[in-house]
Amino acid sequence: MMSPYVLATLFFYAASLALYIWNLREPSRVAGIGATTCLLLALWLHYLALLARSRLIHAVPYDDLYGSLSLFAWLLAATYLVLEAVHRRQAVGPFVLPIVVAVFLLAHAREAQPIKAPPAQGPLFAFHVTLNILAYSAFAISFVLSVIYLLQNRRLRDHKLGSVGWRFPALDVLERMTRSSVLIGCGSLAAGMTAGFIWAHRLQGRYWDGDPKVVITILILAFYVGYTFLSRTPAWRGARASALCIFNFMFVIFSYSIVNRYLSHFHRYF
Amino acid sequence: MEIVLIGLNHRTATVELRERVAFSVQQACEAADQLRSRGILEETLVLSTCNRSELYGVPRELAADSSGAIELFLASFHQLPPAELNDSLYRHRDRSAVNHLFRVAAGLDSMLLGEAEILGQVREAYRIALDHGATGPVLNRMFQGALEVGKRVRNETEIGTRPVSVAFAGVKLAERIFGRMDSHRALIVGAGATSEQVVRHLCDRGIKQLRVLNRTPEHAVDLAARFGGDVVPWENLTAALEWPDLIVTSISSAEPILTRAAIERAMARRGNRALLMIDLGVPRNIASGVAELYNTYLYNVDDLTEIVEQNKKAREAEIPRAEAIINEQIEKFVHWQAGVAAGAVLGDLRTKLAAEREAFLRERLASLSNLSERDRAQVAVLLEEFMDRVVLNPAERLRGIPDLRRKLQNLEALRDFFHLDREKP
Repeated sequence: MMSPYVLATLFFYAASLALYIWNLREPSRVAGIGATTCLLLALWLHYLALLARSRLIHAVPYDDLYGSLSLFAWLLAATYLVLEAVHRRQAVGPFVLPIVVAVFLLAHAREAQPIKAPPAQGPLFAFHVTLNILAYSAFAISFVLSVIYLLQNRRLRDHKLGSVGWRFPALDVLERMTRSSVLIGCGSLAAGMTAGFIWAHRLQGRYWDGDPKVVITILILAFYVGYTFLSRTPAWRGARASALCIFNFMFVIFSYSIVNRYLSHFHRYF
Repeated sequence: MEIVLIGLNHRTATVELRERVAFSVQQACEAADQLRSRGILEETLVLSTCNRSELYGVPRELAADSSGAIELFLASFHQLPPAELNDSLYRHRDRSAVNHLFRVAAGLDSMLLGEAEILGQVREAYRIALDHGATGPVLNRMFQGALEVGKRVRNETEIGTRPVSVAFAGVKLAERIFGRMDSHRALIVGAGATSEQVVRHLCDRGIKQLRVLNRTPEHAVDLAARFGGDVVPWENLTAALEWPDLIVTSISSAEPILTRAAIERAMARRGNRALLMIDLGVPRNIASGVAELYNTYLYNVDDLTEIVEQNKKAREAEIPRAEAIINEQIEKFVHWQAGVAAGAVLGDLRTKLAAEREAFLRERLASLSNLSERDRAQVAVLLEEFMDRVVLNPAERLRGIPDLRRKLQNLEALRDFFHLDREKP
């Protein structure tokens, strides 16, 4: 059974999503303020839920796949909220919140089980995991922004803007927001990986033991760095860069799901 | 505390009549002074735009037929026969007057539904009247309410957001692609009236870099000079395509002046940066194949007209939401008005009862010569306390009645029972 924090969090995430959709369809001050307020409440309750889960398993909440998914959802929502505050745009909310809700549900679908193996400890490790998950959240945001870019671009080229098309941010703004998210993601991932290498060296006396997770993460970083360069070149700027960003995110999902669960021996969650 | 409104607008009067009944700032102040000095109105405000002339006022209490007096004043002020004006005027009182003003401020009464300019004009008219000392508590409250309505309707509905003219639709489309226009560049091909409309909107939206091309260079020079742009010789058209983010064409030409090959070369030279082309020419000035090029967006007159039609419908669909805001704000105003009216009635009641008490005491105490001065004072105090308890305290509770209709009915009853109106000067 889900804890009261989890249920309350889910309720406020769902309410926030509903209000964001309402605000996109029929913009109103009530819906706009309500959506952001619900998201803030959900973030606070989600934090309490993470804390409760942490106490239950006597470890940091990201020591298992479900905990890390929950943290991912939390960071995704928080990153979006920062983006909303900076750019004062709420039209992206209806696209980010479904991912937050889905990941949150997946994370809390089953009861957290106490971990038998000794959990990884130490601030460096916490730093490593948190930064990497933050990077994934930033990449997820860039994915959503790229999807919106392609949709909006298609609408503009086909002269079918409709009522929603007038409410999305401009293509130029979407492009800049995507680049900002990718830059945050690349920075976090690079810092998180560095922390991971140092932590591994302290624990095992070597930086890398050939774990596939490390290989795929380096590849992801390379892909996103490639995106930041290509997105400014004549051949790639615009819709092609957005498509590339979406393609890159497929590797993030692959890394987070298949690699973590089946291929990695060091980054497996149970 | 009555409110009257007499006016005419684009629906009720011809442009010739509207021109004759228009008020300059000075005339608006003069009219306000005259209406007050003649004792017709206590508070006055003139709202005069190209589409309407309206006179809002609060008549002096018990002023007989204030509307008729205002109509006669309006006719004489503008030196018009009253009969000529009569059929074109609309007359509103109290709630209906408030409703009209709030609709005006919201852009619902405008020729172009939801246009934003009127809110600025209402604000300016109010500022002028306020500075001139022509308004009082009622009109101040009413116009502050109107400004709030206008702001809320613009913020909370989409009645004024989507463009309803072809030229503005083109500029708004550019904003959907480029965001803020101040850092982007526009090339205007053709210097006719249509181009001028687009340039005007572009300048309103903050564009700083503008180039104009025209077959007749004098026209290009004129347009560029008026809007702060540069002129490019017609022969340099192809070379000029590399520079802008937005190209607007409105040239009379049997064949397209911008071919797919020309735009393709320009796109290559400009590093495939997004390019929006708005073709307002008929026949079209830009080859349709251009739309297939990467990172280009091409709109012709038909595309923009279709967008405008959709937007008009979208604006009309927003009317119920705007009206809900207006009704909400009217309720607020009427509640405030009822509160003020309650205060006035209770003040009158208190004055009347005090006078009655004094008369009663004089009459009855005259025969009671055995009472000392102290006893007489005591009786007066007791009588005052009794009246407060029996009449004034219950009457004071009127202020707290939340139901507006009941509050107004009770106020009316108090006025009738105690003949308060008859006591007014």
